[in-house]
Amino acid sequence: MTTNAGSVTFQNVRKSFGSFTAIHDLSLTVEPGTLVTLLGPSGCGKTTTLRMLAGLEHPTSGRILIGGKDVTMLPANERDVSMVFQSYALFPHMNSLDNVAYGLESSGLPRRQARQKAEHGLELVGLAGMGGRLPAELSGGQQQRVAVARALVLEPQVLLLDEPLSNLDARLRRRVRTEIRELQQRLQFTAVYVTHDQDEALAVSDQIIVMKDGEIAQQGSPRELYEAPASPFIADFIGEANVVPCEVIDVSGNEATVSIEGLQHIVPARGARPGRNQLAVRPSAITLEPAETAAFPGRISHAAYLGDHIEYEAETSGGTLFIVDPSVDRPLAPGTRVAIGLKNRGIAIIAQ
Amino acid sequence: MNNRNRRLDVVLALGLAAMVLVPWYRIEKGFYAFSWLSDFPGEPEVAPGFLQIFLHGRIWLIAVLFAFGLAFAARLTVDPMLRGKMLAIAGGFGVTFLALQGLAIGMTGFTWTISEKMFGPLADGQPSMGAGAVLSAICFVLMFSLGLAERGVMRGDAFVVATISMLVFLVAVFVFYPIGSMFIGAFQDFNGSVNFDGFSRNIVDPSIWSFDCVIGGARCGVAWRTLFLAIMTAAGSTTLGLAFALVATRTRFPFKKGLRLLTILPIITPPFVIGLALTLLFGRAGIVTEGLSSVFGIEPNRWLYGLTGIWIAQVLSFTPISFLVLIGVVEGVSPSMEEASQTLRADRWRTFWRISLPLMKPGLANAFLIGFIESMADFGNPLVLGGSHGVLSTEIFFAVVGSQNDPARAAVLAMILLGFTLSAFLAQRIWLSGKNFATVTGKGDSGAHIALPRPLSIGLHMIVIPWMIFTLVVYGMILFGGFVKTWGLDNSLTLAHYAKAFSITFRDGSLVWTGVAWNSFWTTMEIALIAAPLTAAVGLATAYVIVRQKFAGRELFEFALMMSFAIPGTVIGISYIMAFNLPPLEMTGTALILIACFVFRNMPVGVRGGIAAMSQLDKSLDEASMTLRATSFRTARKIILPLLRPATTAALVYSFVRAITSISAVVFLVSAQYNMATSYIVGLVENGEYGVAIAYSSMLIVVMITVITGFQLLVGERRLRRENRVSGLAKPILPVLSEEKTA
Ligand SMILES: Nc1ncnc2c1ncn2[C@@H]1O[C@H](COP(=O)(O)OP(=O)(O)O)[C@@H](O)[C@H]1O
Ligand SMILES: [Mg+2]
Repeated sequence: MTTNAGSVTFQNVRKSFGSFTAIHDLSLTVEPGTLVTLLGPSGCGKTTTLRMLAGLEHPTSGRILIGGKDVTMLPANERDVSMVFQSYALFPHMNSLDNVAYGLESSGLPRRQARQKAEHGLELVGLAGMGGRLPAELSGGQQQRVAVARALVLEPQVLLLDEPLSNLDARLRRRVRTEIRELQQRLQFTAVYVTHDQDEALAVSDQIIVMKDGEIAQQGSPRELYEAPASPFIADFIGEANVVPCEVIDVSGNEATVSIEGLQHIVPARGARPGRNQLAVRPSAITLEPAETAAFPGRISHAAYLGDHIEYEAETSGGTLFIVDPSVDRPLAPGTRVAIGLKNRGIAIIAQ
Repeated sequence: MNNRNRRLDVVLALGLAAMVLVPWYRIEKGFYAFSWLSDFPGEPEVAPGFLQIFLHGRIWLIAVLFAFGLAFAARLTVDPMLRGKMLAIAGGFGVTFLALQGLAIGMTGFTWTISEKMFGPLADGQPSMGAGAVLSAICFVLMFSLGLAERGVMRGDAFVVATISMLVFLVAVFVFYPIGSMFIGAFQDFNGSVNFDGFSRNIVDPSIWSFDCVIGGARCGVAWRTLFLAIMTAAGSTTLGLAFALVATRTRFPFKKGLRLLTILPIITPPFVIGLALTLLFGRAGIVTEGLSSVFGIEPNRWLYGLTGIWIAQVLSFTPISFLVLIGVVEGVSPSMEEASQTLRADRWRTFWRISLPLMKPGLANAFLIGFIESMADFGNPLVLGGSHGVLSTEIFFAVVGSQNDPARAAVLAMILLGFTLSAFLAQRIWLSGKNFATVTGKGDSGAHIALPRPLSIGLHMIVIPWMIFTLVVYGMILFGGFVKTWGLDNSLTLAHYAKAFSITFRDGSLVWTGVAWNSFWTTMEIALIAAPLTAAVGLATAYVIVRQKFAGRELFEFALMMSFAIPGTVIGISYIMAFNLPPLEMTGTALILIACFVFRNMPVGVRGGIAAMSQLDKSLDEASMTLRATSFRTARKIILPLLRPATTAALVYSFVRAITSISAVVFLVSAQYNMATSYIVGLVENGEYGVAIAYSSMLIVVMITVITGFQLLVGERRLRRENRVSGLAKPILPVLSEEKTA
């Protein structure tokens, strides 16, 4: 299988359904050969964006380019992209080989050649010899792989995946996502991957585009999003965080000294300026010590034992904090007064 | 772009062919006789379009040439938006102009005074449209669609736009144009001039509207009698249908399978057959009548011939339909409602009267309205049993074929009939839209329906069992009657009727179909076989655009189609002869008019079946196919059609069977050359040849059972194991069929 990776560009794309605007003003670029994830809560417009890229919806205004070519008005069957559907959408009356060969035959390839390539495609996803089975005779994971093979054998410039793992059970999900990522890195195709699961996004992506209410909230590598969230929404959506108000007291070089409810701490500055600000504090970056008095006092309001860690909620003057504590040998009962401390990693100023 | 040019080239080539290669006007002897080839292209009768313009004085047709020219200019234009606009204008203008000139210029010149005033009198008129004109119209519709598609309508999908435009065009020509012509026909003289006399004379005619029977006179007007009959029939069939449904679902009745078999009877029974069987039982020479007169000395009389007889026949005919509707309704009442009622200390009676029955009310209303519409539309039974004083549908018939020959009267009567059925249809829609307490939730209701109160159960059995026996006797008569020599006079058994109808002899070593029925039998088979696939195709294509495509006016389109269900066959028949007897479209006396009538009359059934089946197909299957480079045509052919096979078969079988059994529209449209089985049988009945008529009818029933069973075996089940996305589609044909009949 050769690769044919193309870039994707959205220029000021807007999409309305009647009076409801699903996508407001979307501009984005996907570099060839990368896997980019569209991540966001349900209803934020991920599927709509993907469908516009596939040609299943046409934008109300704006332009879409694939491989540098304007495809805005091109119907789906004339675009050089292919898609893995959330429901897989395997044709139930065709066996897996015919399913995979379907797109090739639609493109005008002679039947024999199409079947040969389809066999090869099935091999690629580890389903060699399963060509004769109907979709109904395959397990969920196998169906999913047929759907991927069906899309891949067309050697599209861009492969689109709409929540490809959502119909698999949790265990299988982890394995299949690794397989998809490996395949993408091996064949170097461009992929746009839609998911609402941030774990999945962090695991597979080169770039993540976080969407909210039809707009891009932040775009960056997984690490950037986790370590430098641009808004409280991102901070909480990517890996959960307590968003607490703070005061930046002093900035020197790359480091900033902040004060949270009187507790002083040093964090990466990221261009912050002295004054009021917000801090994203990961649940695992908070330490708890039983104490009657402290610089940053709190009171445990809720505790849940989860085997390898305990989850706490603590009431403080800065609001309720959510804490993940790995020291299970020393549980704190609700009502215990504690001193709250901060670790060095897992705390970031939210860029304004 | 290449693709777009190619398909435009095809359309332009077709357009060129329409103007140059085929006769523009209708050929009297028939296009397919090809006798025109010898005179082509010189003679004015057979000349193609462009010669008509330049040699034969049909100068107005130059506008058609202009439209084609514009389309050709569009072919050379690069900018897609401009090109699309030019094409759409060329197509839209072309088809509109063709329609207008056809209507405005008749055989002898302008038909409308307004156009005569505007353009001055014409030296010569024009005959009906022929191959060239029709082909041009199709080309214009296609051009219009291609133009819209290039402008990005329907996501630029030319196949979809063309399908929608073609369907709208066909429905306009074959449903709305005839109905419109009929309305105009009410205001016209025989020679076509406007005349309000016929309308005003008929609309106040006491024979239609009189209330004499109420004030003690002889009889009421035919409109009131029809209405009264429809209400009585609806009430009777709904009551019986409910009794059957309750017995079938809420009791331990031993013959439930047999009950369900009843539901396919109305589909395969030509509509007048019940009436015919009743005559054999209760007519003047009927078995029962004779028996009563010889045993008790009761004088035979003619009580059967009139509303009473029609009523019995209709209740017999339509009870199975009502049963079918109500069985769904009765099963739809959630058992948990009834169980809840019982835990609230209500006994079985109270539960039935206060919970179950009220929950069935919308369903009962629906069954009532269906019975009402069916009774209004019924033509066969009143024809056989009504004698000279029939109902609206037969009056319409006699107004055209009888000695009256008064098309304006027929049109007025048809309007009244249409008014009744459409009001019922609208009432049904409005009623159902507000009150849908379907309690089937899909949540896996557990629990069983409670048993009926005992006295009720006994009462129901006392209705159902005799009625079932009665139905069996009636159908037995149909099969048996063909073997009896002369009813009442000579009851010895004979094969003479079958021999007369279906004899075959060998003469000079070749087969000769000597039976009197063969001619109409083969015509019927031929026309039914042509109409069935067309009906299925048009119906499924319509279902496809209604379910899968969003376009302006879609709901209106769907509503109009469903409404055409409520148009009685008699009305269709009268409107077809009024529309297609004169230019611009002349089809009476041909097989074409019968085929068109069947296709557009039975299409709504295909649409319903298609909609039901297609809404169960996940839309992402189409979309997957589209993203796999398939055009929407390929998607329809490779993905949708194979998955819709049961619905397709059902539509095929249904339209085939309906083409064989229907009579109401057909009697207006048959000709000596193309006579259909049903109208031939009615002719036999009118001549008193009951034996042959019954023999022929039972033969038809046997043929249809064979066809349905054959199809059933042929199709079988598809191999789609464990696929719940399409499960429920692979239903056997018969239930699908019978559900559709009720729609
Ligand atoms: N065909 C449509 N008609 C109307 N609204 C739609 C349509 N498709 C999507 N929407 C709306 O657009 C918004 C975004 O939908 P979608 O892109 O499916 O979200 P998600 O991010 O969950 O995939 C939702 O509010 C949805 O209701
Ligand atoms: Mg989605």
